[in-house]
Amino acid sequence: MMNNLPKILFYGYGNPGRQDDGVGISFTEQLSDWAKMKGFKNIDFDSNYQLNIEDAENISSYDIVIFVDASQEKDISDFDIAQVKPSCKVNFTMHAVSPSFILNLCSEIKKQIPQALLLQIKGYKWEFQQLLSERAELNLQKAITFIKNKLEKYLEKSNLDRNYSKIFLK
Amino acid sequence: MGKKITIEPVTRVEGHGKVTIYLDDNNNFKQSRLHIVEFRGFEKFIQGRPYWEAPVTVQRLCGICPVSHHLAAAKAMDVIVGAGTGDGLTPTAEKMRRLMHFGQVFQSHVLHFFHLASPDLLFGIDGDPAIRNVIGIAKMHKELAVQAVMMRKFGQEVIKVTAGKKIHGTGAIPGGINKHLSTKEKLNLLIGQDPMNIDKMIEWSLSGLEFFKNYHKDHKDIIDNFAAYPSKHLSMVRKDGALDLYHGVLRAIDSEGNKILDDVDTQDYLEHIAEEVRSWSYMKFPYLRKYGPKDGWYRVGPLARLNTADFIPSPLAQKEFELFKAYTNGKPNNMSMHYHWARLIEILHCAEMMKELLNDPDLLKGELVTKGKKGNEGVGVLEAPRGTLFHHYKINEDDQITMANLIVSTTNNNIPMNLAVESAVKQFISGKNEITEGMLNAVEVGIRAYDPCLSCATHAIGKLPLQIKLYDSKNNLLDIKTKNDE
Repeated sequence: MMNNLPKILFYGYGNPGRQDDGVGISFTEQLSDWAKMKGFKNIDFDSNYQLNIEDAENISSYDIVIFVDASQEKDISDFDIAQVKPSCKVNFTMHAVSPSFILNLCSEIKKQIPQALLLQIKGYKWEFQQLLSERAELNLQKAITFIKNKLEKYLEKSNLDRNYSKIFLK
Repeated sequence: MGKKITIEPVTRVEGHGKVTIYLDDNNNFKQSRLHIVEFRGFEKFIQGRPYWEAPVTVQRLCGICPVSHHLAAAKAMDVIVGAGTGDGLTPTAEKMRRLMHFGQVFQSHVLHFFHLASPDLLFGIDGDPAIRNVIGIAKMHKELAVQAVMMRKFGQEVIKVTAGKKIHGTGAIPGGINKHLSTKEKLNLLIGQDPMNIDKMIEWSLSGLEFFKNYHKDHKDIIDNFAAYPSKHLSMVRKDGALDLYHGVLRAIDSEGNKILDDVDTQDYLEHIAEEVRSWSYMKFPYLRKYGPKDGWYRVGPLARLNTADFIPSPLAQKEFELFKAYTNGKPNNMSMHYHWARLIEILHCAEMMKELLNDPDLLKGELVTKGKKGNEGVGVLEAPRGTLFHHYKINEDDQITMANLIVSTTNNNIPMNLAVESAVKQFISGKNEITEGMLNAVEVGIRAYDPCLSCATHAIGKLPLQIKLYDSKNNLLDIKTKNDE
């Protein structure tokens, strides 16, 4: 494997005690097992209930960060992945913040930001249970397969494209 | 023409709340209410689950303060497994739990003051909302933003090494704890690379206090007079009257400082505290039984704790406590904005206590679990970041939970928050012809001083737009303003 590989962080967030809200956490757990098996030393994994201001510091040392969250968006059928740009737009519940907010705060306090993507996996049920719904589980597996393929193809190349974000788009 | 204004949801608090303001034909204050608009079903949900699951399961309640619920449930389960009511654990178990709790309070208070509250102070209540947030702080006061981020990170590290993991931590178990601290974990926190070490945390806690005190000198009007009203105060204190966030007895004082409840065993909380339901909110209204629902309400949280405690058992925080008490000549402090001052003193106390515990050899070795004669009922009380948190469970012969009653900190502050809204409306909105964003933010500033976590009292899912609705006296909608979430 090449030495000059980009440092990648997958960051899943949500409450796994609230059914499909935990799909981001499940994603990082399952992909982490696969990455270990493959021996990808340049990929790290992190997770939490929600993003918060300290994550601005946590992401600053990476080349690319892929946030993974559950989604209720009507327009998403299974999963979607999109670039994240810094934004100072404030959420209503400010105890938790958005990926774009984290990126913006990172640029303010560290003067450097990783390229960032948000992987949203469609969820359907949000009750006090720990198991994902069947449909969310299906979407999760689709998203994992998609990312695995992207990572394998990308990391096999000898001449790496430094526009990392583009590599992972659908 | 009379008016009704609705602020929905309230911003920079956790969960979803709605404020309705009624003005009369001359735009003068008539009535205001903070409504909690979602229903909480957790107490019902947990029935039928085995008791030993509770410390982990209750973390589903809220992603903001899972550690508080984890520890309160564990304390209740200590009673059920016969390990005592807070003083029966092994030294290792109790100290590990205390370290976890100090880490939690530290990071929670830091988030609230630097991230949520300081923008209102630095940019003004009526400042430009586009910069009145932590990004604005990072642009204009970068050192404060960096400190907030690193202090949060430090607190999270403490939680991680004591609870075992960041999500659904398993550290506290019925009767004790399931791990020691490793020497590496201890040294990382004690003498980690600058700034991630406890001495830097103490230094920054002191500088945060200086920041507030300097601001206070120049802005006495807003800090001392905004949403100030007399009240009773309730908290847990150590047996000898010291501030104790983890365990003690219940104490309440009136607005003059007279002890109206003292040395009450937390297992007996129901003999002294009851809850009332009102038709317009899903959040209950707790009160002291002997004063009844109308007069028995009280405040909890940092301000209440510093009012009820006789002293703080850590030297630097004690010095600050003395200044705090001197400001009101030893009388109870009834100024809502002084919650921030009290919160900053508690941040310093937590940092000092974390240092003391990290130097304690008991964390590295010793028995982890206490066993005793099993009972069927237990109460766990904790001074959570936002105030006194009650967890009460009963179990059956099959070890299943048959009853759960949770009075969360934010619920205890229900009436005080409503009064803060009323006070802000009277001061900023009543009698004015035009309602500005700054005036509406003033209402939110009053609520925000209490750092409410509405997720704990409800269960927030999904995103709501901010809506401000203006009605005439016949309830006809005159105007609607909506600010969309991301």
